[in-house]
Amino acid sequence: MKRIQKFSMLTVLASVAAFALQPAAPVQAEEGPTVKKVKERGEVLCGVHQGRYGFATADSEGRYKGLDVDYCRAVAAAVLGDSEKVKYIPVSSVTRFPALQSGEIDMLSRTTTVTLTRDSSLGLNFGPPTFYTGTGFMVRKAAGVEKVEDMGGATVCVVPGSTTEKNIAALFRSKNMQYTPVVIENQKEMVGAYFSGRCDVMAMDQAGLPGHRQFDAKTPDDHIILEGVFSKEPLAIGVRQGDDQWYDIIKWVTYATFNAEEMGVSKENVDEMKNANNPDIKRMLGTSGDLGKKLGLDNDWAYRVVKQVGNYKEIYDNNFGANSPLKLERGLNNLWINGGLMYGFPMK
Amino acid sequence: MTVAHEANIDIKKGSSSLLHNLAFRGVAYQVLLAAAIVLLAYLLYQNVNANLEKQRIATGFDFLNETSGFDIGETLIEYDSEDSYGRALLVGIMNTLSVAACGIVLATILGTIMGIARVSRNWLASILASGYVEICRNVPVVLHVIFWASVIRNLPSPKQALSPMEGVFLANRGFIFPVPEPNPAYTWVWVALAAGLVLAFGFNYWAQKHREKTGKYIATLWPCMGIVIGLPLAAWLVQGAPLVWSVPELKGFNFRGGASLTPEFIALLIGITFYTGAFIAEIVRAGIQSVPVGQIEASRALGIRRGFIMRYITFPQALRVIVPPTTSQYLSLTKNSSLGVLIGYPDLVNVGNTTLNQTGQAVEAIAVMMAVYLGISLTISLGMNIYNRIVAIKER
Repeated sequence: MKRIQKFSMLTVLASVAAFALQPAAPVQAEEGPTVKKVKERGEVLCGVHQGRYGFATADSEGRYKGLDVDYCRAVAAAVLGDSEKVKYIPVSSVTRFPALQSGEIDMLSRTTTVTLTRDSSLGLNFGPPTFYTGTGFMVRKAAGVEKVEDMGGATVCVVPGSTTEKNIAALFRSKNMQYTPVVIENQKEMVGAYFSGRCDVMAMDQAGLPGHRQFDAKTPDDHIILEGVFSKEPLAIGVRQGDDQWYDIIKWVTYATFNAEEMGVSKENVDEMKNANNPDIKRMLGTSGDLGKKLGLDNDWAYRVVKQVGNYKEIYDNNFGANSPLKLERGLNNLWINGGLMYGFPMK
Repeated sequence: MTVAHEANIDIKKGSSSLLHNLAFRGVAYQVLLAAAIVLLAYLLYQNVNANLEKQRIATGFDFLNETSGFDIGETLIEYDSEDSYGRALLVGIMNTLSVAACGIVLATILGTIMGIARVSRNWLASILASGYVEICRNVPVVLHVIFWASVIRNLPSPKQALSPMEGVFLANRGFIFPVPEPNPAYTWVWVALAAGLVLAFGFNYWAQKHREKTGKYIATLWPCMGIVIGLPLAAWLVQGAPLVWSVPELKGFNFRGGASLTPEFIALLIGITFYTGAFIAEIVRAGIQSVPVGQIEASRALGIRRGFIMRYITFPQALRVIVPPTTSQYLSLTKNSSLGVLIGYPDLVNVGNTTLNQTGQAVEAIAVMMAVYLGISLTISLGMNIYNRIVAIKER
C-alpha cells in the first residue's frame, strides 16, 4: 500500500513538474500572416450568420448565399484564386467574437456593426462598411402601431449581444417608455418566438426584416415594418488585430467592389475592360502597375473578384435588389455619386 | 492509519536522516505537490494574460462597474439599462437561483410521489409512474425545455387568453394571476408565518422524543398545519384583515397589474422538473426497495397501519439510500437550468453571454459564471451532506 502511494505521488509530481517547466507556450504560436495559413489550408474560414435573408442563408443543398457570403467569396477569389474555396462557419451573435479572437475563423462577415468598443477592447479591426442599415422594428398590423411612440409596454424579441439590444434600451429609455425584452440567442428561435406571438415587436437591423416577413410569416401582409431607422449600423468585415497584411486585403477587396461599380466594370464586361483605354481600370484589374504585389497577392486579384463575384451593384442586386425577392431600394448603400455612402478609396 | 503509526515509531527511535523519516516525507510530498499546482496555475494565468495582451484584448474585471446598456426581461431586484454589468450578472444569478430552487422543490415532490407510486400495489398508479419515468428520463433535458417552450408559445395571444377563472389568464405571455396589493401589515403576517414554522418544528421534535420515550403516539399533522396557517391568519385578522387584490387587466400590448410567470420561466421549470423528477423517482423507488421486506411483513403482523409503516419504518431507512444520489440530482438540475439560454430565460448564462459579447472579455465572463455555479453547487452539497449526516445510520 505504502509503495503504491509513493509511486503514484511521484508520477503526479513528475508530470506536474514536466508541465510546469515547459516554456509557457503561447495559446497561438508565432503564427505567420493569415495569408500564409489560408494558402496552406487552401480555404478561407469565414464566419457568417446562421440565417438572415440577404446576408447569409444556406439553401437545401447547403450552399451559402448572401451579401456577407459574397464578401467571403471575394476574399477567397483574391487570395486563393477561386471564390469557392471558402469554408463557411455559422456563428451566433454571441459566439462570433470569441470565434474570431481564438482563430477559429479568418474573417467575420456577419452583419457586424462597427463600434468603438468592438474595435478597441475586443482586439479587432474592421474593414470598410459593406452595408449601412439601422435598427428597425416589425409589428403585427393588428396591433395598430404606426410609430415608435405607440410601442410603450410592448414585449420585444431581440438577439443578445447585438448593438440592437443596446439601441432599443436607449430608445425606449429616451422616450420614457416601458418594454420587456425577450432575448434569444438562436436566430431561428428568436424569429419563431415573434411569429408565434410571444413578442409584440421584433427588433433587428432593418435590412434583415423584409426577408423574415417574406419567408417566415404565414401571411406577410399581417406584419408591418415601421418607417424610419433608429440607429446607425455600419456593417463591416472584422479581422484580428496584429496582421496588417490580412487587414489590408480585406479593406481593398471591399473597395475594389465599390470602385468596379463606379468605373462600370462588371462580371460581364471585365474581360474587355482589362484592356480598356482607362489607366485607373487597367491598374485596378492588374493589366498595368503592381497593386497586387503591394498587397502580397498576384496582380489579377481584383480582376478575379469582379469576374467571380461581381461589383457592388451586382452583389447588392443579387441579394437585396432587383434580382432578389426582397427588392429593397439601395438608399444609403448606393454609390456616393448617386447619393449613397459607398465610396471606394483610390486604388493607386 | 498504518503510515502515521509507523511514522510515530520512527520518530520515537529518532533513527537515521530526515530523508528516511516517513512523517517528514509525507509532509514534503504534499508541500511539493501543492507548490507545483500553485505554480502551474500561475503559469497558466500568466500565459493567458500575455496572449490576451498580444491580441490587444481588454483584460481585468473593471467591466463589472461599467454601464451595461441593455435591459433584462425578468428581474427579482431593481435593474435597468443604466446599471452596471455587475448588477446585470447579479440579476442573472437571482434568476438562476429562483428557477433552480423552485425546480428542486417541485422535482423532489414529483419524484417522491412517482417513486412511491412505482412500488404501489395499485396497478394503474404503478403503470402511470413507470410510463412517466421511462418517457422523461430517456429524453434529453434540452428537448424537454424546448418542447415546453414551444407549447407555451403556441398558447393564444393576450387578447384571446384562456381565463379559467376571473383574473387568471394563460396566454403566450405566460401565466398571469391576481395578487394582493402590498400592505405594511403583511410584514407581521410573514413574521407570524416564520414563528409558526419554528413552533411546528419544535412541536414535531417534542412529539417524536415523547414517542421514543413513552411509546405513545401524538398526532402532529393537524396541530402543525393549524399553527403554520393559524398564526399568520390571526396576525392578518388582528390588523383588520386588509386585502386589496391587484387584478391583471389587458391594457395595450400586455397585462397590467397582478403577477405573472413568464413563458420562459414556466417552460424551463417544467422541463428540468419533469426530467430530474424521473431520476429522483427511481432513486426513491430504489430506496424503498432497499428496506428488507421482512421488516414490513413483521410490522404488518404486529398490526401497524400501512401509512405508519411507510412513515416510521420504511422511509427513515430509505432516506439513507436516497439522500446521497439525490444530492447529485439537485446539482445537475441547478446546472441544467443554464439551458434557459436556449429559450431566452435571462439566467446567469444568458446575461453572462450578453456581457461577454458586449465587453468582449470572454475569459473573465466565463470565469465569473464558473465561479458562481461552483459556489452554488458547493453550497447545495454542503447542505445535503449535513442533512445526510442527520439521517444516516448512527453508529452507537
